[in-house]
Amino acid sequence: MSAAADATFADVVAPLIPTADVARLRVTQGRVIRSEWLKMRTLRSSWLTMALAIVSIPGIGIAIAWSTAHDWQRMRVREQAHFNPLADPMSGFNLAQLAVGVLGVLLIAGEYSGGMIRATLGAVPARLPVLWAKLTVFTTLTLATMLPVAVLTFFVSQRLLSAQHIQTTWDTPSVARSVIGVGLYLTVVAALSIGLGAIIRNVAGAIGVFVGVILVLPVIASALPQTWGDRINKWLPSNAGQALMSFGSDNTSLSPWRGFIVFCLYAVVAVVGAATLLRRRDA
Amino acid sequence: MIEAEDLVKNYGDNVAVDGLTFRVEPGTVTGFLGPNGAGKSTTMRMIVGLDAPTSGSVRVNGRAYRDHRAPLHEVGALLEARAVQNGRTARNHLLALARTSGISARRVDQLLELVGLSHVASKRVGGFSLGMGQRLGIAAALLGDPATLILDEPVNGLDPDGILWIRHLLRRLAREGRTVFVSSHLMSEMALTADHLIVIGRGRVIADVSVDEFTRQASSDLVYVRSPDAEQLRQLLVGPLVDVVAVAPGRLEVSGLTSDQIGDLAAEHLIAIHELIPHKTSLEEAFMQLTHDSLEYQAPAAVPA
Repeated sequence: MSAAADATFADVVAPLIPTADVARLRVTQGRVIRSEWLKMRTLRSSWLTMALAIVSIPGIGIAIAWSTAHDWQRMRVREQAHFNPLADPMSGFNLAQLAVGVLGVLLIAGEYSGGMIRATLGAVPARLPVLWAKLTVFTTLTLATMLPVAVLTFFVSQRLLSAQHIQTTWDTPSVARSVIGVGLYLTVVAALSIGLGAIIRNVAGAIGVFVGVILVLPVIASALPQTWGDRINKWLPSNAGQALMSFGSDNTSLSPWRGFIVFCLYAVVAVVGAATLLRRRDA
Repeated sequence: MIEAEDLVKNYGDNVAVDGLTFRVEPGTVTGFLGPNGAGKSTTMRMIVGLDAPTSGSVRVNGRAYRDHRAPLHEVGALLEARAVQNGRTARNHLLALARTSGISARRVDQLLELVGLSHVASKRVGGFSLGMGQRLGIAAALLGDPATLILDEPVNGLDPDGILWIRHLLRRLAREGRTVFVSSHLMSEMALTADHLIVIGRGRVIADVSVDEFTRQASSDLVYVRSPDAEQLRQLLVGPLVDVVAVAPGRLEVSGLTSDQIGDLAAEHLIAIHELIPHKTSLEEAFMQLTHDSLEYQAPAAVPA
């Protein structure tokens, strides 16, 4: 080995052993959060899915508001009666929840597909701080982006609708709760998807289960005989959670906050299950 | 320092590790040898807490790895399988690990320099060769300036330059007083790098000896002898410490005597000798003999056509 390489070696490895201060290199929850934040930022897939989530609500909402305002005079009375100035411009949340769910799954199950999880858990052998860090980073990011985006979409679309005087206002009862509910609902979706990803540990499988729970289950349940369906439907995760938004809701759904709490409980069950398995299973 | 006590790991009905007890001392390079499937990787995964032992325990620097507060400073590990996400750059991969322990970006850059990856620091690791991946893994293992290093088959995929570099690195790390535990399935590689050997087969310890001791034991030499009076010579040589096998008419295989001793004895008794060939067992052969019985999958002996 050359003298230069030896010098590098001495600088990097040798002198640290006697002086290194163990406390200085301690793993803390804050440090693990910084690590997870860096990990999320440094994968292209995170940027793509997050961009899709951010764009889908205003993209779809503003398009709907614009075209409705534009066509309003030519629309049939029945179509006009069907139009919901709050719910329709917010319908982009359906696409946003898929993007959020996929990213949540990728953040944890994606580590299992390449083996990164072994490096991660090798650095943080207590394991649970990794799960808490991923939850913190991703739910914070989701809330911090989706809430402003939902509020922005509301105001822009209402302004477009006001050309035809068919807008609603922020002060109208339950409107503010519904719009803020979009951000809250998607934040819980973020937590749920991380829980599912950690339990299933396989990207395709976890995305499949996520889509099944959020989108397919309500469709299947709606095919049940009505007496059963009415009883079961409202308790399904996405139906319960979306009660908070109460767009086009009917009296068969749970009350907004009760529904939201039920949805939160589903996420808590998934996260507790994930934590238990993460501690117990071989990585 | 690594201390394993009666370590057992079962995967269903399959016993991967079957009661390992050993100790790896600081200041030396300890080779962990065994055929493929002997349980080396499983043992290493248990040391760093990735797999939980079915029973028994293993401690690193005095406690279970999971209980260390500064784990990267205690143990640096390079495990056999890749442990990266392909879309991330080499530097960001190391930075992500460094941040969990408050290790600076400057140290990450120094380590990239040390392992010779500075020029590809901002390249995605998905495009790395096996050898570059190993170097990145070694940089990750050294991040926290660990007292104990655990490296699973580190020379895998390295070119001759890289192998030399790794040997040099391991010896140097041990000289600084660190515990260095390196697995390999190649005896020849370990003979050059290690001071001490722990040989396992089918999840059990077969030998726990210094390399010198192993070499001495291994050189229980065989001598091939060809003589027209082979039978007479056989009776003359055979004794409590001497083994003589008549391998063919007129041919003997003698162990326990040197070729000098055999030649002298034959001369004393006026027995003609046509060939006298000492054969030193190589380390690789000694290792094969040692682990022969424990091979999980053995190819059937070749049948001469």
